Amino acid sequence: MPSAPRPVTNTAADKRWRPVEAAMRRNGYRAGGLIEALHAVQRAYGYIDEAAMRAIGAALQLPLSKIYGVVTFYHFFHLKPKGRHTCVVCLGTACYIKGADRLLQTISREQQVSPGETTADGRLSLLTARCVGACGQAPAVVIDDQVVGQAEESAIHRQLAGLNSAGPGSDEEQP
Amino acid sequence: MSGGRVITLQIDGRDCGADENQTILEVAQENGIFIPTLCHLNGLHPVGGCRICMVEVEGAPRPLPACVTHPAEGMRVTTDTPELRRRRRLILELMLAEGNHVCAVCVVNGHCELQELALQLGVDHLEIPALYPRREVDASHPRFGLDRNRCVLCTRCVRVCGEIEGAHTWDVMGRGLKAAIISDLNQPWGEAESCTACGKCVQVCPTGALFEKGKATGEMVKRHLHLPLLTAMRKEEEER
Amino acid sequence: MNPEELQRIAAEELQAKSAAKHRIGVCTASGCLSCGSREVLKAIEQEAAARPEANLRIEGVGCMGLCSRGPLVMVQSGPVPAENSGAGAETAFLFKELTPADAPALVAYLEQQKSDPPTVAAGSTASSLAAKRCDLSAPFFRRQVKVVLEQFENIDPERIESYLAAGGYRALLDCLHHRRPVEIIDEITRSGLRGRGGGGYPVGLKWSTVAKAGAFVPQAGRSSRQSAGATAADRPDGPRKYVICNADEGDPGAFMDRSVLECAPHRVLEGMAIAAYAVGADFGYLYVRAEYPLAVERLRKAIVQAEKRGLLGRNIGGSAFNFQVEIRLGAGAFVCGEETALLASIEGRRGQPRPRPPYPAEHGLWGCPTLINNVETLANVAAIINRGADWFAALGTEKSKGTKVFALAGKIKNTGLIEVPMGISIHEIVHEMGSGEVGGIKAVQTGGPSGGCIPAEHFHLPVDYESLQAEGSIMGSGGMIIMDEGAAMVDVARFFMEFCVEESCGKCAPCRVGTTQVLLLLEKIGRGEGTAADLGQLEELCHLLQQTSLCGLGQSAANPVLSTLRFFRREYEQLLVDNTGKSNETDGSQSPQQGPQEVKK
Repeated sequence: MPSAPRPVTNTAADKRWRPVEAAMRRNGYRAGGLIEALHAVQRAYGYIDEAAMRAIGAALQLPLSKIYGVVTFYHFFHLKPKGRHTCVVCLGTACYIKGADRLLQTISREQQVSPGETTADGRLSLLTARCVGACGQAPAVVIDDQVVGQAEESAIHRQLAGLNSAGPGSDEEQP
Repeated sequence: MSGGRVITLQIDGRDCGADENQTILEVAQENGIFIPTLCHLNGLHPVGGCRICMVEVEGAPRPLPACVTHPAEGMRVTTDTPELRRRRRLILELMLAEGNHVCAVCVVNGHCELQELALQLGVDHLEIPALYPRREVDASHPRFGLDRNRCVLCTRCVRVCGEIEGAHTWDVMGRGLKAAIISDLNQPWGEAESCTACGKCVQVCPTGALFEKGKATGEMVKRHLHLPLLTAMRKEEEER
Repeated sequence: MNPEELQRIAAEELQAKSAAKHRIGVCTASGCLSCGSREVLKAIEQEAAARPEANLRIEGVGCMGLCSRGPLVMVQSGPVPAENSGAGAETAFLFKELTPADAPALVAYLEQQKSDPPTVAAGSTASSLAAKRCDLSAPFFRRQVKVVLEQFENIDPERIESYLAAGGYRALLDCLHHRRPVEIIDEITRSGLRGRGGGGYPVGLKWSTVAKAGAFVPQAGRSSRQSAGATAADRPDGPRKYVICNADEGDPGAFMDRSVLECAPHRVLEGMAIAAYAVGADFGYLYVRAEYPLAVERLRKAIVQAEKRGLLGRNIGGSAFNFQVEIRLGAGAFVCGEETALLASIEGRRGQPRPRPPYPAEHGLWGCPTLINNVETLANVAAIINRGADWFAALGTEKSKGTKVFALAGKIKNTGLIEVPMGISIHEIVHEMGSGEVGGIKAVQTGGPSGGCIPAEHFHLPVDYESLQAEGSIMGSGGMIIMDEGAAMVDVARFFMEFCVEESCGKCAPCRVGTTQVLLLLEKIGRGEGTAADLGQLEELCHLLQQTSLCGLGQSAANPVLSTLRFFRREYEQLLVDNTGKSNETDGSQSPQQGPQEVKK
């Protein structure tokens, strides 16, 4: 193995970059660690931007087009920042049978955001999933990583209305 | 490729000798048996993506791509049946419906592998609706151009750039119908730092998706023999 | 850890359990968590702390199946059942839909009543509790035979001691100290276990292929040309064989692998370790969906615990066997459940399948022989080693041995997880266990986007690999979606095709474009604009997908359409323009908007 090159951008000075660096080191700076590194970026920053892709490309000695190809292949990765809150409506078969598509339409209308998009004020991203594995609780909605089973329109509406304008878990910082 | 066991198989009823490391396509070509191909190109790793070269192998539950299937002792291969012809035509129709292929205004009209294939397979109209996607043209490179409307995603450009030139400027982004050829971080080709402007991708592109600027249609002949020669020379160099 | 130590820890744990008058297990799988089981657990713990004389032992445990009625709480009394006996505790009561407010009543009751359960006739506080008691003699529970889900109600997923007490890791140590790899493979082969991921390939055969495969020789002839994407530089040094657990459960409507990972992560790890020892691998990957954060968290915890106890890592159980396991996260691509796409993903590439052969068993991860088994398959392994191939082979049918876990969802009363012996009829599952209304159910969909719909008239069929396949469906990973009369089959087919369009990787032309064309036709027919010619075109395209697609995703993408066409063709035909009498003239050649398009100059 050639000695591992250091990232070229100032990401090295960024504290949030450390887990990414750790993920790459754990995989011996091999190309096989690409997806692990991308997961680390998304965990740290919420999305994967051009600078991150360039830094990873330099560290793992990978062509840029290859990294871009991988990032866009997997729907879990985002190239743009998400909203401060996320609402994921499961569209798996069990949820679909129990009316998840109507639920999605209602949320989309009430929150004025189309599926896959983020509200203009950056408060909420409305996303869909192909199955979150809570089929026994269909229809399922995941709000800020909390699964809400047997979701009813009114309850979801209340919960979404209750989300503060900052990020999840930052209630205390609000005046 | 050679160095494996020598075996015999039957292609279209004809007995053929082959090395087990060859592909059915290679054996067929050696024996003068024609199998239509599209994504395959001598000198590049086969991917088995376009599915045009599907042949029937006795005992197999479904047709197999000749470009990646290795022969086995006693194998009986059929390369041309009405069924196969129908399937190849339909696959080609799917590809033609996927992009925006208008031969009359295309730079490689008359020198196009896709067009030639359509002629061979007798595809003169589409039974399925064309999708008419909106795709971008990238004319940012000083010498070459990319018209994604004419791309069939054969990935020859990706492979030649990565495997032969070693630049890996090209790759595929997205997936499914949204898959598209990109250079570097999906930036204009002219701004892609990794591109060496060697032009190999243009030469191997089977359609008018990758083309040279400033040439008249009649001059837009691609040098397909360029690549086998290049790989042969490289191999000789390595073995010295 | 050696076998004696294991025995000691297990005995200690069992003793601690038996010392309590009642054992309360609260389900902490994601189904129950999503309806508040964490709060119920906390409330019961607080209540029990206030009344130490009640002598209760409270644990978070695994899934108890009836997910639609969560949070579920199991109360057991009497001695802890012997491991692997298949018998339940002396007395066991299952409560459904408990809330934190029920905690005082529950604890108070258990304190007073020693071991009797609250009955309907009991006092006022207990009566609401009594109404929440499940009837464990109901078919939903009684019909189940648990191998994979065994002891879930007794295992705390976050503590390895709890798994050890349930007989965990005994099979692994037994293998390492007393059996040769070939004997283990023979045991698995004789058991008749088949791959639970969908295909049903004989597991023993797969294991022996990997075991026989020689060490990887870099750049040898055929191998080099097939691994175009992975270059020598990508390959880690050292390990030459791999075991991969495919936990990329992507079928919408299936959640049994998630449950197994969340509730008994050690059972999967033990299966992997036994497999690795049998085939001669010393490195393993668990490829898990990123959508399953709880499963990932518990797996990570389990790996650390197992390493600490010397059950993973170097010199396992004091033997010469080394086995290291790492987790790899999926990133939202259904196609990565296909084994060659999964390999590409672990290698850090786009998850696109490659043609087989060569099969991963001979040419897998970084070109090395690789064993890929699904979660449920691996969860069966320890039980087969412990109780023998004959015991396992006695379960199920002639060709489909053992049990299968199904995820019941859709229009029935009891949705959740069940484990039943192979060969049970669909009728028994849907109507008896699921309490589905006879006459009101139209069809059951099995196998997700690769499967098909089986109409109610065929519910007498036994559930096994061959029967389902003969009906144009597949066993798949075990999702069962029950549909009532309200389900429009053309729309069901459209739903699954939309899924395949979204998930097609784009590598081969038939799947990339064909799925979209099929979807367009289904939408057209659904709008009532389709013609008889469109129906013909639909079938032609479906057959093309089956015959010419590169991987299993494309080859089976048409199954939902073909199976609904087979059993519910009338629903398609009723929607055709020609049949509604709206306009009989508009068809084929005369249609102006769908005329043939010229492609030639």
